[in-house]
Amino acid sequence: MKNCLGKMERRRKRQGQSRITAGCFLAPSLCGVLLFQALPFLDVVRRSFLDAMGRSFVGMANYAAVWGNEAFRMAAKNTLYFFAAAVPALYLVSLALSLLVYRPGAGQRLFKTSLVLPMVLPAAAMALVWRILFCPDGLWNQLLYAFTGKPWEQDWVHGKAAFPILVSTYLWKNIGYDMLLWLAGLSAIPQSLYDAARVDGAGEPAQLRYITLPCLQGTMGLVLVLSVVNSFRVYREAYLLAGSYPDLSIYMLPHLFSHWFLTLDIQKMSTAAVFLVLASLPAWGFGRWLRRSGKEG
Amino acid sequence: MKKIKRKLAVLLLTLASLLVWLPLLLLLSAALMPEDELLWRYLSPLGIGKAPVRAALLPSYPSLEAFTELLIRSPGFFVMFWNSCIQTFPMLLGQLLIGAPAAWAFARLKFPGRRGIFALYVLLMVLPFQVTQVSNYLVLDCLGLLNSHLALILPGIWSTFPVFIMTRSFEAVPGALLEAAYLDGAGELQAFFLVGLPAGYPGIVTAMVLSFIDAWNALEQPVAYLKDMSLWPLSLYLPEIVSDKAAVAFAAGIVMMLPPVLLYLNGEGELEQGLAASGVKE
Repeated sequence: MKNCLGKMERRRKRQGQSRITAGCFLAPSLCGVLLFQALPFLDVVRRSFLDAMGRSFVGMANYAAVWGNEAFRMAAKNTLYFFAAAVPALYLVSLALSLLVYRPGAGQRLFKTSLVLPMVLPAAAMALVWRILFCPDGLWNQLLYAFTGKPWEQDWVHGKAAFPILVSTYLWKNIGYDMLLWLAGLSAIPQSLYDAARVDGAGEPAQLRYITLPCLQGTMGLVLVLSVVNSFRVYREAYLLAGSYPDLSIYMLPHLFSHWFLTLDIQKMSTAAVFLVLASLPAWGFGRWLRRSGKEG
Repeated sequence: MKKIKRKLAVLLLTLASLLVWLPLLLLLSAALMPEDELLWRYLSPLGIGKAPVRAALLPSYPSLEAFTELLIRSPGFFVMFWNSCIQTFPMLLGQLLIGAPAAWAFARLKFPGRRGIFALYVLLMVLPFQVTQVSNYLVLDCLGLLNSHLALILPGIWSTFPVFIMTRSFEAVPGALLEAAYLDGAGELQAFFLVGLPAGYPGIVTAMVLSFIDAWNALEQPVAYLKDMSLWPLSLYLPEIVSDKAAVAFAAGIVMMLPPVLLYLNGEGELEQGLAASGVKE
């Protein structure tokens, strides 16, 4: 009896000790995260319900104002268009490339390195090249002239055509990163599954449909979430290509935020931020569901 | 049949790789042009005149003129380069010193609220910068840090993305390895330093490489928090240099991309392993 009590005491002591150790490991990080990340986020939510001075509670008035704001509507619409155009393309092209790269063969390493390289190239440096290509006197117009025989004077960066160019540079930059994630998923699929399928006479399309894609479900969720998160970073390209007042077709939420920031329009920014978080919840939930069900399957 | 398929795959991959290499080659050749050739070819894209672009993948008169001009006679470039370094490296060090133990705690130690706190970290990780921009500005204002390098360094140190990546790779450390260490009498600290850090190395490298790339390209944060142009990092200065000193703009682009490219080529293997740990496990 005494012995048993002693054991329990010791276990409790050890548990207490491990909690203290965990606290020591975690505290420096947690304190900073709370101060620089979590509190600002809560503060944003709070301010979205307050007036401009941040004193009195105004209920949903800010939400009504932002929802009715024309610039907000346009920026939100453009951001949605951008998601709709860029994310599926990014998804499919990076998956296709990863399937091609995954087959062992000559030059596989070189291809992989080449395709991932754009991810590490600074947008500021590449903006110079995009200008050579897409300015009115640029290479792209010359190519079009060579193919169509008509002179082209289109400004692909500042004019109406800025949208597809922005989508293209975004794809160019991000395909490598997504490809690495897909490759990680592919390498986790046991080779024995394919061997068994081949014995059963399954061809390559069947293997893709019944082995590869189901096994990649977990990765699909992750890639989706990261693609949506990263697509906000396209502001860097948009800013470096077209400045802070671009063509209206690529005027997106980050542009709007930076303009409101200049005038320190705090309650509008806070409210729009809450809208943004709410709007990204479905993608987040869907990604999580994909990963969960992928894990079980 | 199989051979044809293989050849088709190689063809497609070659085309895709060309889409990466041709723009790079265009940039490199422009960086190696003397000023008069540059002005003859790229007047329009440099924004100093209007003339059809005469693109070239190889310079007609290769010269290192632009690089010597940039590295020897452009003090502004040096200031910005150092600003980028000052804003990036202390931040990475902080992420490592503070983030790695936290990741170890999430992955390997038991304490109440572990799952909840980790979920908070993940939530904060996916928030775009713009969401907390204004509140962060107010916090930094309170601390008197606006318009200083610390305005970028301090919030960056507590970015939760590196913690997430490192946690995933610490979770992938085989449990048997740790048990053996505990049986041999290792304490928590020894287990972390002698087993965790070496075994979780790919994740640490991954977190550092991705953080470096992000910080080196930072645009939103310096635009928002640095008024003083002399504090600007390269990522903001590069667009300015084009209107200022067009002849060195391309060379500046090449110098700017060297650190991230070298870092990536060195850590490529670790990056793949680290991302694999982050993606496959949930």
